[in-house]
Amino acid sequence: MSTVNPAALGDLLLALADDDFVIGFSDSEWTGIAPILEEDVAMSSIAQDEIGHARAYYELLAELTGGDADAIAYDRPPEAFRHARLLDHGRGDWAMTIARRYLYDTADAVRLEALAGSSHRPLAALVAKIRREEVYHLLHAETWLERLAAAGGEPEARLRAALALLEPDATSVLAPLESEAELLSAGLLTDPSAELVATWLARIRPVFERLGLPLPRADLPAPDRARREHGDAFRWLWGEFTSVRRLDPVAVW
Amino acid sequence: MALLTAADVRAALADLPDPELPVVSIGELGILDRVELHERSIRVELRPTFVACPATELIRSAVEERLADLVPDATPDVTLVFDPPWTSDRISPAGRAKLAAAGIAPPLDPEPGGLITLDVIVPCPYCGSRRTRLDNAFGPTLCRTIRYCADCRQPFEHLKTL
Repeated sequence: MSTVNPAALGDLLLALADDDFVIGFSDSEWTGIAPILEEDVAMSSIAQDEIGHARAYYELLAELTGGDADAIAYDRPPEAFRHARLLDHGRGDWAMTIARRYLYDTADAVRLEALAGSSHRPLAALVAKIRREEVYHLLHAETWLERLAAAGGEPEARLRAALALLEPDATSVLAPLESEAELLSAGLLTDPSAELVATWLARIRPVFERLGLPLPRADLPAPDRARREHGDAFRWLWGEFTSVRRLDPVAVW
Repeated sequence: MALLTAADVRAALADLPDPELPVVSIGELGILDRVELHERSIRVELRPTFVACPATELIRSAVEERLADLVPDATPDVTLVFDPPWTSDRISPAGRAKLAAAGIAPPLDPEPGGLITLDVIVPCPYCGSRRTRLDNAFGPTLCRTIRYCADCRQPFEHLKTL
């Protein structure tokens, strides 16, 4: 267990956990109302994976702080969440969900590659496992991005509108954390944020060019903007995912 | 009662059925890993198939219950391990046969280089036909895809290659 810089490690784990938890819970809303039955199954499965990944990161954080994973996930107010601004947007229509998933999963894949060599052994091991599972998410997101873009008409129009709305926050997933310098010097993270964003854009560029979609800009938000100042859509989601816990915080399930 | 060895305990735990696919055991699925007897405790390592698999907690409880029966004086220490990660090739030949008999196509070997791809032919576990198609890369659980056999005209599930 790394004790080199527990505060920085804690920041990293919280960002990873909150990202997966928020997108997982948000996408789980499609269960029962997805546009086609097979996507109801697919999105539910993907959302379950994300929430499970979040739980595993929360557990690592709990080991580090001596806390409890459920308390970390459910007992914070909305302003204490540290997920990327990309995930502040609600799931919207199907095109918005696909656009958000594509931008998130491709960025997360780059981030996880960089974490595979983390000096914190338990995190590196967990990430190695998660990366194998994420392959299926990436295949799904790519398939649907292509399907909507190539369909023309309303699907393409909705996809373009979604990407335009998400574009200002696209780089928030890979934006530097406030403790980036400490994370890099402790080897907890092996590549700086600017490099991760460059890698990500280089990777998605051929897909966007082929589909005739505008590539997100490389501008990075400042650390205090990338993961703070959550808006009304997230506050509403927080109300939903904490509603059961808040009914009786000490209940044993 | 005769003193049990770690191997005895391991054999007893390995037989526990998977909660989701009770035709196979946690031993056959490659979920049960090390069992170590210490002076006052017993350490059992479980390797989850998928990080988010909800059956993992049920398996953990079942293991703790069985340990309470077998070695009541030892403190149980049941831990999840991810290093190295579970891969679908850890399913034993017996496990694969039992899955197929239950209508669940066992996982295929990964592509060279470990590449996971959907572009594979999965033989039908019912009739053996290779005229099958992928209906959904996702299924009723995290570990399964949904496929269809054009010959015997039955849907079937396939354990994902991971």
